[in-house]
Amino acid sequence: MSTETTPMAFQQAQVGSFRKKAARRISISRMLILIVLFIGAVIMFAPFAFLISSSLKTETQVFQYPVQWIPNPVRWMNYVESLTQKPFFLYFRNTMLIVIFNQIAILFTASLCGYGFARIDFPGRNFWFGVALATMMLPYYVTMVPQFILFTRLGWMDSYRPLIIPYFFGGGAFNVFLFRQFFKTIPEDFSDAARMDGCSEFGIYWRIFVRLSTPVFITVSIFTFMASWNDFIGPLLYINSPEKFTIALGLSTYRSMMGVGRTRWDLLMAASVAMTAPVVILFFILQRYFIKGVVMSGIKG
Amino acid sequence: MSKTLELPELPSQPIRSGFGKFFHWFNTPRGRRTITGYIFIGPFILGVMVWVFYPAVMAAWLNFQSWDLITPPKYVGLKNVETLVKDSLFWQALKVTSIFTFVSVPLSLMISFSMALLINTKVRGIALFRTIYYLPTIVPAVANAVLWAWILNTDFGLLNSLLHYFGFAKVGWLQKPQYALPALILMSLWGVGQAMIIFLAGLQGIDDVYYEAAKIDGAGNWAQMIHITIPMMSSIIFFNLVLGVIGSFQVFTAGYLITNGGPQNATLFYVLYLYRVGFQYLKMGYAASLSWVLFFIILFFTAIIFRTLGRRVYYQ
Repeated sequence: MSTETTPMAFQQAQVGSFRKKAARRISISRMLILIVLFIGAVIMFAPFAFLISSSLKTETQVFQYPVQWIPNPVRWMNYVESLTQKPFFLYFRNTMLIVIFNQIAILFTASLCGYGFARIDFPGRNFWFGVALATMMLPYYVTMVPQFILFTRLGWMDSYRPLIIPYFFGGGAFNVFLFRQFFKTIPEDFSDAARMDGCSEFGIYWRIFVRLSTPVFITVSIFTFMASWNDFIGPLLYINSPEKFTIALGLSTYRSMMGVGRTRWDLLMAASVAMTAPVVILFFILQRYFIKGVVMSGIKG
Repeated sequence: MSKTLELPELPSQPIRSGFGKFFHWFNTPRGRRTITGYIFIGPFILGVMVWVFYPAVMAAWLNFQSWDLITPPKYVGLKNVETLVKDSLFWQALKVTSIFTFVSVPLSLMISFSMALLINTKVRGIALFRTIYYLPTIVPAVANAVLWAWILNTDFGLLNSLLHYFGFAKVGWLQKPQYALPALILMSLWGVGQAMIIFLAGLQGIDDVYYEAAKIDGAGNWAQMIHITIPMMSSIIFFNLVLGVIGSFQVFTAGYLITNGGPQNATLFYVLYLYRVGFQYLKMGYAASLSWVLFFIILFFTAIIFRTLGRRVYYQ
């Protein structure tokens, strides 16, 4: 077979081998990146692996040095034991109570307020919105002590009221801000058409805006859930009776409870997994909204 | 811009009584809108007044009082400030928190930015990497504290086991004063995933046009980074820097649960100290002073960051 060495064929042969070399060069740096990312991922995941493996070990195994990764035997009883030594399901119920109330409160009030700022042109609107933004600048800890005094005076100590009732009043300027931004993107035509049909402002809000804003509602709902579920200093300050503890508070007291002899780290880890699992499950279901919410708050600022 | 429906004109005679004037105004579109608007934002404004404004004012008043919640408050003027300046624990707390902030925030930003750059190179399995890197940030603070207390455990913890593999001896992470704060800084780095996905989203928002134009002009990877990527990302980086600093100054749960300020106050975070003064020693006035100082310190550093780096941020 005679191979034609016309200029075209020659050129194509050149380009072909150049492409192969370039492809190989690119793929080396790609491999490097993948390796670095992989190592990073292993480092990131290691604490999780340690958490889960420790939670399934027997007491003797968990105190082995250096760490054995795979528990043998796998002790599922740890979960039963740690979740019953303390009334964990009671804590769960308490936490869910707070979480659900907060969700309803915030979703309702923050969206109403966001609608007011976004869609109703009234004198003083910009001023009050500025005030709302300014409240975001004040750290929680400046108002922590006076709020404590206020709640003590109101007689709300050792109850859930300090943890729930403030959220009925708008629950944080951040959520109001999110709603306002989103509502502003809904075309005026919807509102106009509804008004022409005789709809009240609240009707517009309820029938149109709420229906159209599912993503924002879900995002705010996620943020609120995380904040309530993870809240530690709130319950720490305002709840004293053990039977009213939330999960966060309950878990934090596990350590002191196991003070006699050696700390039962295996049980501690099991309880920590129990506290983290619902959040992780929620994340996997609503991943898109998690990421979108975090990104929105990080960029739109 | 369409406006709300105009009502028909009301009678043209001037209304004399005060209530009449109000009634007239109430029935104009503007009046209606104002009332409606304030009804919508009412609860929120009320909330701001009660839960933010009133406590802030009270905190200012508390600053000049000495109060333990049991006996009546006593006016002490500037004595709280005087105590504060002489309080070695205050300075220690400030030092601990400042070191923590100014080491962990830049470090975490650099790491998360680099990771975002790496992930942005369209490697396979981006979603998986993103998930693994982000997952640590949703672990509840309490569970996080318990977990890391165990990881940093001197005798049986993960970290010392890893060191063992590399031939190092055990380190008393939570027991030696010089290691405790670095250990907590390390712990904070586990959460770089959150900043990483923000940066990732930002990076993906940079138009390819810029890079193509730069390549045509012969710019190498490094030049592209300096002249395109970083300027375009500068506002996001800046914003996360400021938020990071503000947030780092207010760390509480980790300090309280893992080391409780020890050993020997090496991890006495500011808010932890504030909590102790206010709720364990019951010195409400002094605690209020501490919280105001915190506020001004954060304001101060934020202003410095705005002045120095803020100038170089490029906004589109």
